[in-house]
Amino acid sequence: MNPQPNRPSRRAFLKRGGVIVATFSLAGPAAVAQPRAPLPGSLNTNRGLDGWIRINANGRVTIHTGKCELGQGILTALAQIAADELDVAYARIDMVSADTARTPNEGMTAGSLSVQNSGTALRYACAEARSLLLAAAAQRLNVVAEKLSVADGAIGASPGRLTYWELAQDLNLKREATATVKPKPPARHTVIGKSIARRDLPAKVSGGAAFVQDMRLPGMVFGRVVRPPSYRATLLSVNEAAVKAMPGVVAVVHDGNFLAVAAEREEQAIKAAQALRISAKWRETPDLPPGGAGLYDHLKKMPSRDTVIKRVVPAAASGGKVLTLEAEYTRPFQSHGSIGPSCAVAQLKDGHYTVWTHSQGVFPLRTDLAKALRTAVSNITCTHVEGSGCYGHNGADDVACDAALLARAIGGRPVKLQWMRDDEFGWEPYGSAMVIKMQAQLDEAKNIVGWQHETWSHPHSTRPTSRPDGSFVLGGWHLAQPAPPSTPNNSPQPSGAADRNAVPLYDFPHQNVLLHFITDMPVRTSALRTLGAYANVFALESFMDEAALAAGVDPVEYRLRHMKNPRARAVIERAAQAAHWKAGAKGDGSRGRGFAFAQYKNLAVYCALVADVVVDRRSGAVRVTRVVAAVDAGLIINPDGVINQIEGGIIQSTSWTLKEQVNFDQQRITTRSWADYPILTFPEVPEVEVHLINHPDENPLGTGEGSQGPTVAAIANAIANATGKRPRDLPFTPEKIRALSA
Amino acid sequence: MPDYELRVNGKTRTARTDPDTPLLYVLRNDLALNGPKFGCGMAQCGACTVHVDGKATRACVTPVSTLAGKAITTLEGIGTPDHPHPLQKAFLDEQAAQCGYCTNGMIMTAKVLLDTKPNPGAAEIKQALAGNLCRCGAHNRIVRAVQRAAKAAGA
Ligand code: FES
Ligand code: FES
Repeated sequence: MNPQPNRPSRRAFLKRGGVIVATFSLAGPAAVAQPRAPLPGSLNTNRGLDGWIRINANGRVTIHTGKCELGQGILTALAQIAADELDVAYARIDMVSADTARTPNEGMTAGSLSVQNSGTALRYACAEARSLLLAAAAQRLNVVAEKLSVADGAIGASPGRLTYWELAQDLNLKREATATVKPKPPARHTVIGKSIARRDLPAKVSGGAAFVQDMRLPGMVFGRVVRPPSYRATLLSVNEAAVKAMPGVVAVVHDGNFLAVAAEREEQAIKAAQALRISAKWRETPDLPPGGAGLYDHLKKMPSRDTVIKRVVPAAASGGKVLTLEAEYTRPFQSHGSIGPSCAVAQLKDGHYTVWTHSQGVFPLRTDLAKALRTAVSNITCTHVEGSGCYGHNGADDVACDAALLARAIGGRPVKLQWMRDDEFGWEPYGSAMVIKMQAQLDEAKNIVGWQHETWSHPHSTRPTSRPDGSFVLGGWHLAQPAPPSTPNNSPQPSGAADRNAVPLYDFPHQNVLLHFITDMPVRTSALRTLGAYANVFALESFMDEAALAAGVDPVEYRLRHMKNPRARAVIERAAQAAHWKAGAKGDGSRGRGFAFAQYKNLAVYCALVADVVVDRRSGAVRVTRVVAAVDAGLIINPDGVINQIEGGIIQSTSWTLKEQVNFDQQRITTRSWADYPILTFPEVPEVEVHLINHPDENPLGTGEGSQGPTVAAIANAIANATGKRPRDLPFTPEKIRALSA
Repeated sequence: MPDYELRVNGKTRTARTDPDTPLLYVLRNDLALNGPKFGCGMAQCGACTVHVDGKATRACVTPVSTLAGKAITTLEGIGTPDHPHPLQKAFLDEQAAQCGYCTNGMIMTAKVLLDTKPNPGAAEIKQALAGNLCRCGAHNRIVRAVQRAAKAAGA
């Protein structure tokens, strides 16, 4: 569809929405003429103060963030930061998040970076806005600004006091941030550091409209998509006419290999999609890799881009006898498994698409939608509305494209499209299968002198990226005139992606970390919470225990021996102490405990934990009974929020570790429902205890992905401790554990 | 398409649809209720749970034609933001969710448990919720919330 002549301008659109937020884009990257001083956090790329903050005459403050709520409590944490820096009551803050027409572009809400990026920007922007308000008040009151104090937006002492709300008219935030006003010292925080209740939960416990799934627009119809039966199937024939004649059907889209329907009622759309699916004939090719153990040999043989991630060669090689250890660890494809299948609402009106989406990145999504829809980016608005927890790149972006393609066919009326359960399981991009080969050399004193870590992996980020080439939304790949993906990259260190946390934080004198990055993806993969870190920490921290065992040293003591980083040492010691770790304690054949540590990305949260397991020797079933964790997240914005993330991560990782694996035959993904993909249930969930170490003078560190890596390794170490046999092949199902002991 | 008369949250409502239409779509789309959620459509996850004559029922697999004369209750029907049910209040007090997509099923299933067993132990709560999936790992908070609600109701 071609852009139409009288598409409303962006400003008109904003006015219509009853909100005017202008000019942050004027200060955006496009306007950059000469290099400017770097600003902290996302202020650097979104430099206009008014893009972040609005002080309203009605006594409320509107904060704009490019980050979005994913159930991690980020909007609550950011509101806390704004309240503290502005000196207003928390209850006055309204949040507007992730909207291509209204908020700063902060890219993706991912990588546990939101508090670092958006939070830091808000600390500085709000501190500066506060000082501008004080300056304005000082002028009016004819006093020096330094003498003025603020309490909940009221400046100075009465009589003669002024409020932010009275000053709102005069305050001009249409200016570039300078970051010259220092945020408050932690001692003066009154909202930061408190466990403020999440702002999104009241609606969620009472049936309020909280999710994109809950959106209802006037005239809205319902859509469903019919995906090919396998990744590279091509459509031979389909009976569109019969489906078009079904009750309530509004549109059938058949464009290349893309099939979708819209109907007046949701159950009609589902029935029409079923009929379309049954009538479609496809050509399929058996081109999937082997399952089972064969998968990993196959992976290692695939063509790869090979990179040395880190190499440290000691000045003098240590002489004397060394003991060499070697082991290989494997992890299958694993699913995000969101409880609510992905959903979007889309509408095409006057040539302009509006897409309501739970994508983690509305701006990058818009770029890739434009490629798939063959329209200009300026013809699309993407607005974030919450979805079910995603834990990375699930079907959110893809379903947004599906809905937009349907909207284009319907013309005018909005369409809500939710994937069915099997769409989500069959088509979401999985966490990549991985193989990790470890080698270590121990000297005569049984200390580690050499360390090799070699990872084989598919890509961990095939999200929409705002790159000029390639489009990363599924629907576009299937069109007759496809918008195909380009070859994905591996993000560089220090964060890394496939190699995330492959570099040890321990002080090993000789290190060699290699990555075999396999860009070919017979099975679709992308970002699943922690990317490669889950498997890399599994290997690294399991192998650390193997080395400790070979050295005859207690695993906690052995870790401390090789670790200089004081904050890492502190969490290790704290976890051991909180769990009453007994050095050298042996498992009894069934019960055991394991220890593990990681600093996520080697630059975010520090987390150490102890897992207790009970192994049923006869059945091989493993139960994780209790996990005790110690966490250093720097300055803590919301303690309960941090605990919730760490605890949720431990439980999710326990599920990945004990149960989860995506299955396929030569041709098709066979994991299509919860019956094929069991996850941890209530009776199987461990007790979890989280101990926080607060460092108010340090920067806040991202916590959302801190506990998954340590959890899998601690469980593996606990099983080895209990049974004397070491599991190295995920997941640790009863069959595998039974086979180990046999 | 026939009309179906349904008794939902104490009110009589009608919906015109096919007899095999799952109750879930009628509740969400015709009656604009947000509580029950689509999670799987296969009775595997519990996100769609409602009460039919006081029993926890999966609305995604319950045909609308089977509900004549039965009392249907959704999350909206047990309490409101101003007058929350003790379970709703307890879920807030314990911050017993991450994304909250499973919350409807948790509260509705737990309510049936508390109606029949006012003072369940942690193990009984876990057993009662064994068929409700949560992907965010909010389980322990949910168990604590149910215990808190039980206490509040007993007090
Ligand atoms: S949606 Fe009904 S049980 Fe999953
Ligand atoms: S809170 Fe997200 S699924 Fe339970």
